[in-house]
Amino acid sequence: MLYDTPIFRLMGDRSLLVELGDDISPAVNQCVQELFTALDMQPIDGVRELVPSYRSLLVIYEPLKISPDDLKRAIGDTYDHLNQTELPEPRTIDIPIVYGGEQGPDLAYVAQHHHITPQEVIDYHTRPTYRVYMIGFTPGYPYLGEVPDAIATPRRTTPRILVPKGSVGIAQKQTGIYSVDSPGGWQIIGWTPVNLFDPQAQPPSLLMMGDRVRFQAITLKEAFQWQAKRL
Amino acid sequence: MAGKKTLEIISPGIMTTVQDIGRYGYGRFGVAPSGGLDSFALRIANLLVGNPEDQACLETMLLGPGIRFLTEVVVAVTGGNLEPKRNKQPIEMWQSQVFKKNDVLSFGSAVSGFRAYIAVGGGISVPLVMGSRSTNLPSGFGGFNGRTLKKDDILVCDKQRDPLPANKRIFAPDGVPMYSDKWQIRVVLGPQDDHFPEDSRSAFFGATYTMSQNSDRTGIRLEGPEIRCKPDVDASIVSEGVIAGSIQIPGDGKPIIILGETVTGGYRKIATVISADLPLMGQIKPGDSVQFQAVSLPEAHLALKKMEDRINDFRRTII
Repeated sequence: MLYDTPIFRLMGDRSLLVELGDDISPAVNQCVQELFTALDMQPIDGVRELVPSYRSLLVIYEPLKISPDDLKRAIGDTYDHLNQTELPEPRTIDIPIVYGGEQGPDLAYVAQHHHITPQEVIDYHTRPTYRVYMIGFTPGYPYLGEVPDAIATPRRTTPRILVPKGSVGIAQKQTGIYSVDSPGGWQIIGWTPVNLFDPQAQPPSLLMMGDRVRFQAITLKEAFQWQAKRL
Repeated sequence: MAGKKTLEIISPGIMTTVQDIGRYGYGRFGVAPSGGLDSFALRIANLLVGNPEDQACLETMLLGPGIRFLTEVVVAVTGGNLEPKRNKQPIEMWQSQVFKKNDVLSFGSAVSGFRAYIAVGGGISVPLVMGSRSTNLPSGFGGFNGRTLKKDDILVCDKQRDPLPANKRIFAPDGVPMYSDKWQIRVVLGPQDDHFPEDSRSAFFGATYTMSQNSDRTGIRLEGPEIRCKPDVDASIVSEGVIAGSIQIPGDGKPIIILGETVTGGYRKIATVISADLPLMGQIKPGDSVQFQAVSLPEAHLALKKMEDRINDFRRTII
């Protein structure tokens, strides 16, 4: 639920956590996106960086340039004048996924957990148009929501030391794509040949907060063809 | 800007990377700042060799590298005392030093602190990635090919702006931080201190923690009293942005001080290290003891102002 007014929490002497709601919901996240966009377009002097997430915006500032009280006031002003129409139409990005096999070692577990077939897991996973709630954890890693309850699955009890880049995972009602090789505890059901992070590109992340994502099931052969076309 | 081959790595040390002041403005894409952990030592090192204070240096840890110089250049070593030597003769830290062609910089053992910074006149020239030359080790980009330095790597430096400084530049010894093995770290409470019961908070501030071996540039893990959040809340929260110095309490109750390689996190944070003490996070070493002391926001800002004034005063003496 969206709070009546933002809650400001001090994160040290140089950042403010601006909480706008108490849950994972499109309404709260959209509000974070609006505040983030407004502060990005009309920067407050002394603000160094903005990090939006599910239900809050982290505002990192230079305390010798702006006092936290002045900053709170300026953010509060911006919040009071948010205009719902400011956001551009969201982009929709299609991402092909190879489900199961070596690319999705936990597909069978997720199916078993819900007493359904692996094909049904794939059908459920490709059904929604997902919202990119935030980018975080590693560069370009999208937190997408929400997967149908029928396949929502807790994280693995023991995280993997190495999850290959491109792996597609589920954690409760979230789904995400590992953007670089990293440790990780999500249930891995598939893999995409799409590159989500390129440090040389501008912007470096394929996806941004507020984007929409749709998944398509493809075969491994099609994935390699997809990769070959782009080399 | 064509640079000159300046440094040849003869031995890499335990972990030597190219770091500048950090990569900012890309947190929205999940990109962490990286950068020299002891930013104070890095900035002073740059000023000592006539560079802008945010330039790329080498950050090394515990056992430093062996470096042969391929051209005459001015060098400064700051940060932890890892016994720097020129051609096997000890050299002073926090001072500019001229290294001639074929001179070798090497290190002994760690006398105090954990990380040293090696600045070279002109600055280490590696490509800017998202506006910074810092190495992002977890994701493998930036710095020198996104990795720690290896034997036989050759590093290029940009041309020194000015001629070599005629006089030795010295950072006054009374400005050099003390690195002991017992640390008193100042923090500001929050952002989720209210999610911990009073006895947990007093346990946190009364405790003497020990830095675990299992720490890296991502975070300092602490061994000691376990901190529990209130019974009606879960240890994990909806992921949100974090900054270097955030002290998170995961499910096992053992505090982790987040360093510069993380942008978001899903654990509650009881307190955050103040900006003025953040450079010290680069100097705490495994086995050291750590105690936390809560200060007010105005006290934290005053401490930051003092640190910045010290750097500004030094900058004025060398221009």
